[in-house]
Amino acid sequence: MSEQTNIWPLWEVFVRSSRGLSHVHAGSLHAPDAAMALRNARDLYTRRNEGVSIWVVPSDAISSSDPDSKGAYFESPQGKDYRHATYYTKSEGVKHL
Amino acid sequence: MSHETHATHGAPSAPAHPDHSLDSFGDAAASATRVTPGNALRPEDIALAKDVPSEEIAQYALRLGDDSLILAQRLSHWISRAPELEEDVALGNIALDVLGHARSFLSYAGHAWGKTEDDLAYWREEEEFRSAWLFEQPNGDFAVTIARQLVVSAYQYLLYARLLGSTDATLAAIAAKALKEVDYHRDHAIQWTLRLGDGTEESHRRMQDALELVWPYVGELFQDDALIDAVGAAGVRPSGLREEFDAGIAPVLEEATLTLPAVPAASGGGRRGEHTEHLGYILAEMQVLARKHPGATW
Repeated sequence: MSEQTNIWPLWEVFVRSSRGLSHVHAGSLHAPDAAMALRNARDLYTRRNEGVSIWVVPSDAISSSDPDSKGAYFESPQGKDYRHATYYTKSEGVKHL
Repeated sequence: MSHETHATHGAPSAPAHPDHSLDSFGDAAASATRVTPGNALRPEDIALAKDVPSEEIAQYALRLGDDSLILAQRLSHWISRAPELEEDVALGNIALDVLGHARSFLSYAGHAWGKTEDDLAYWREEEEFRSAWLFEQPNGDFAVTIARQLVVSAYQYLLYARLLGSTDATLAAIAAKALKEVDYHRDHAIQWTLRLGDGTEESHRRMQDALELVWPYVGELFQDDALIDAVGAAGVRPSGLREEFDAGIAPVLEEATLTLPAVPAASGGGRRGEHTEHLGYILAEMQVLARKHPGATW
C-alpha cells in the first residue's frame, strides 16, 4: 500500500435503447473496475429510461484512427462515385434490381 | 389537493392482491423515436387516490416513510461531496429513490389525517417522527455511509419483499415499486463493502470501524411492538426478518474479510418518537425553508 493511484481508469459506455438494435456510444466515465463501471454507467447514462443493455470498455482498449491521417484515411474515397450503386445505369431487360 | 381526481395509472385502488406480474415491463409504451419516463406508481398517484388507511396502517406507513425521509436527507448531503463524481451521482440517485418511497408512504399516511406529504415532512416536531435511530446517524466517512447502506438496503429489501403480500393494496403497490430500487441499493452497498473491506489496509480498517459504529443501531429495526400487532397482515413483523438478514450479511462480511461487530445494542426508541441528538439538526435544515416561507413553491 505504498503507492496508490488516486485516479480511476477511464471507461467508454455503450447503451442499447429499448427499441434500438445496436449499442451506441453514450459517453465515458471513471470506475475502479469493470463491475463498478457497469453500475456507474447505469447511474449516469440510463437514469431517464434510455437503455435496456450496457457495455463498458476500458478506454485504453480502443484503438482509434489518427486524426492527422484524415486525408489518407477518409478523403481518398471522395469522388469515387463508381463505388456507389447509383453510378451504374440499369442494364436493359433487368426488371428487379 | 383534490380528492375528486382518480389517478390515471398505477392506481393503488387495486384489489387486495394486485397483479405485479407486468411491473417489470413498465416501458410497454416506449416508441422507436422517443424515450419515455415509463410507467410506474408515482407518489403523485398515491396523493391523488382516495384510499384512506386506518389509523394503525397510517401510523405504520408513517414509520416506513420517516425511515426513508431521514435517510434521503442524510444521503443528499453527499451530493458534491462524494469521493468521485460517479459516486456522487450514485448516492444522489439512491437518495432520490428513497425520497420517492418516503413521499409515497407519507402521502398515503396523510390521507388518514387530511394531511399532505409536505404537512408531514415539514410541520411535525422531532418527537412526532417515527424513524429508527439508524437512519439519522451521521454519514461519517464514505465507509460509514456504505455500512449504513449495507444494513438499510438489506433490511428494506426483506421488508418490501414481504410487504408485497400486504392485505393493504396501497402498501403492497408502494413495496412493488420500491423493491426494484432497493435491490439496486443493496447491490451498490455490497459492491463497495467488498472493495473497501478487501481493499487496502486503510480501507479495511475504515470499513471495519464503520461497521462497529453502525451495528448498535441494527437491533431496533427488528423490534416488534403493539403497532405491529395492530396492523397484522397489512404490515410485516420486523422480528421475522432478522434471521434472513443475518444470513444475508454474513457471507458478504466474510468475503470482504470483515468481522461481524460484537457491540452492545443501542436502546432505540425512534418508533416512540425518542431520538438521538442528530435528528433535531436534520429537521432544522430540512424544514427551515418551508417554515420560513409557508406555501412557497419553486
